[in-house]
This record gives sequence, structure tokens and C-alpha cells, in this order.
Amino acid sequence: MKTKVSLRVNGLVAEGVVEPRVSLADFLRHELGLTGTHLGCEHGVCGACTVLVNGVSVRSCLMFAVQAEHCDVSTVEGLAESPERLAPLQQAFRDEHALQCGFCTPGLLMTLTELLRENDSPTEADVRDAISGNICRCTGYQPIVAAALLAARLMRAPGP
Amino acid sequence: MKAPPFDYHRANSLKEALALLAAMENAKTLAGGQSLVAMLNLRYVFPDHLIDINPVAELAGIDVADGTISVGAMTRQRAMEVSSELYDAAPIFREALALVGHRQTRNRGTFGGSLCHLDPSAELPTLALLYDAVVHIASTRRRRSLAMRDFIAGYMNPAIEPDELVTRIELRSWPRDAGYAFLEHARRRGDFAIASAACLIEADQDRRTIRRIAIAVGGLADRPIRLAAAERELKDAQGGPGAFDAAAQACRQFEPLVDVHAGADYRLATAVTLVRRALTAAWSRATSPPASVP
Repeated sequence: MKTKVSLRVNGLVAEGVVEPRVSLADFLRHELGLTGTHLGCEHGVCGACTVLVNGVSVRSCLMFAVQAEHCDVSTVEGLAESPERLAPLQQAFRDEHALQCGFCTPGLLMTLTELLRENDSPTEADVRDAISGNICRCTGYQPIVAAALLAARLMRAPGP
Repeated sequence: MKAPPFDYHRANSLKEALALLAAMENAKTLAGGQSLVAMLNLRYVFPDHLIDINPVAELAGIDVADGTISVGAMTRQRAMEVSSELYDAAPIFREALALVGHRQTRNRGTFGGSLCHLDPSAELPTLALLYDAVVHIASTRRRRSLAMRDFIAGYMNPAIEPDELVTRIELRSWPRDAGYAFLEHARRRGDFAIASAACLIEADQDRRTIRRIAIAVGGLADRPIRLAAAERELKDAQGGPGAFDAAAQACRQFEPLVDVHAGADYRLATAVTLVRRALTAAWSRATSPPASVP
């Protein structure tokens, strides 16, 4: 039986009618066309589908869309202020070459967004712990860690 | 893969949840979903109904009073990890919770869900057994409670009926100066542990004799276990490397699990080493002057 789902995604009201078995990830991708959220393993191991629900990181493959009723969901599409202006974390990923194929990137960005929101001066160990649930098979993680530390520095610096 | 079809029921109160559980055939309770939804997606389970207890506020929360710690079944693992009340009363939880899955799964995963899933290598059932926790269970028929050792009926098999729900877990804190340690070995941080060891030790005033001790091991056998024989040996004995090494050998009484990550010998050797190290670390905390909390 299909159910109506109403939530906010990146600040905008989003609605759809879905079967209860549809994951939040598939709802974002197929109902809303927000294909920035990627699905890798679909059993909570790879971290590619990480989004923020009410401000905290979750695996969107391990949550059903119906469970996100009235929730505030943030996806990678909501990070940049505008298509021309990346968020500092995204810019740091570009500057440090923290992605190759880009499949894991949305999940890493959302995971690190949560980390940097609550800790503006993470250590390398903090970053490595935070991203321990995100698998990247391209980079070897070094540039991702460097990008997270660079983003923290950029975000701490006083604005222009 | 994707989850098979099911009917979804949102429970807004404990009463509603219990009524739904009583009324539905082949129903599963959906708590944090960090194991259940993975199992649905892998098509390991085919429930006709999912009863979502996430909205039930009365099932979440941590209360500490007079040395009794009461944790609601729907309390998120992340909430337990950051709770200063829980840290003050049972600091080993924070040490263990850092190893429970990853931040993204701890944000959703719950204490009650972990106990009911009862993966032998999971940290929280091992801790519940270490503390001789009492598991409170409700249904429309009755309320009851089970000691954690009786709650564990077998491999991933909690002793609850299909219409029952775990509501709350209660444990008694140990004295503030008790030593503690939780150690595990996994292929990747946050993955299922090949083995884990949890230990609580109280030292006598002479700081040489063990007054009270509890040792639990996860991942080794088909369920979390207590090393009761080793606890008896160590109680009132002097702590130290020889005694701890001998105690760790108690792991050998158990039939080790075998999987793709570890054969029996390796898993057993890992458990023995972890128990020895956990005893050593806990003893060092129990016998050194209180250090400032990091």
C-alpha cells in the first residue's frame, strides 16, 4: 500500500507517494530526482548514501522514506550556496584532489559536514574516526583527510 | 538489493506499539533499523508487518539514580556515547560505543535493538552481560524482566515472544574507582569484531588484591559469554601478569565461531590476548590514582 510522505529536503518541502519499502535514498533519487546521493552496498557498510536527517548523519539506505515524515533532510545538493560557489568543504575536496571517481564523495561530504559543524578544529585522528564508515576505493583517503583539515582551517579563518 | 514488501505501522506510544504487536502476525519491531533494514535489503527476513517504534518518546532516555542506570530501549547509541551521566556512572560504555559501528549507524542504532538482534560480536549485549543487566519486557499480556544471561537464549536469539517488546535496560553501576577496559579487534574500525573483551575490576584498599571482578567476551562463541570460572579464580587473589594470563585461558572452554574473517584458532587466540590486555588495562586503572578525565 502506497503512503504519502512529506518532508523537507535542503530547506524545501518535498512530497511523494511511495511504498513503505522504499528507502530514503531511493526516494531522494527516484521520486525527487536528487541523484547526488549515491547507493553503494545497500546494507549500511559503504557510507556512500550518507545524508543528514534533522542535522545528524544517517545511512539513507537503512531508513525508509516513510520514516522521514516531517524530517529535515540535507543532501549534497544543498551544500553549495550556488552552482558557482562551492561550500568550503567542497572547495577543499577540489583543491586537495580528494576525489577521483566521485562515487563516495557525497557520503564523505555529508559525514564531514556533521563533523565540522560540531568540531571546528578536528585532529587528523578525529577526521579518520569520522570517515571510518565511508569507503573510498580510489584515493587511499590521504587527500580526503587533507581536504577535511583544510576545510576546517578555511572555515575558522575570518571571512573577507 | 531492496527490501521486500511489508505493511508499515507507526506506533506513537508504547500502548500503541504493544497493541500492534499483539494484533499482527509475522510482525517485526523496527527500532534503529541498522541491522533489521540491512537484513531486509539482503532479503534475509520477510516480515508481513513492520512496527516502527521510533516515534515512541517514552522508550528513550537515560536515568541514573542511586547507582541504578536505566536506559530506554529506543535510546540511540550516539546518545549513550555522549551522555555525561552514563559516562560518570559507567565509563566503559563510552569506550565500547566508540567501537559500535560508525557515527552514522550510532546516530540511529539503539540499545534495545542491539540487545534484541543479539549479534555475538556486538558490544552492547556483551556490556549488558558484563553488568548483569536486567531487561524489562512488555506485551499486552504482561510485564516481566529477565536477567541478561537468561535473555540470551542462543545464537542471535533473544528470549522474547513475538508479541513482546524490550522497553528498558537496567544496570547497577560499579564504584567510581573501579577499573574498566573494553578492547576489540576488527578488520576495520567499526566493523564486526573478531573478538572483544570487557572487564570491570575493583581493587581492595591495599591495591593488590582483587575485591570484585567481571569479565565478558564477545565474538568468540555463538553468544556473548562471561568467564565465570576465571572471575572466581581472580576474586580475592592478587592482580598481576601471571594471574591475568592464566585467567585469559578460560576462553578455551568455549567453542569458537568460524567465519570468513577468522578461523577457530585465530579467533580463540585473539580472544585470549584481548582478555589478558583488558584485565591488565582495567587493573592498572583500578590501582592507579584517579587520573583527570580526558
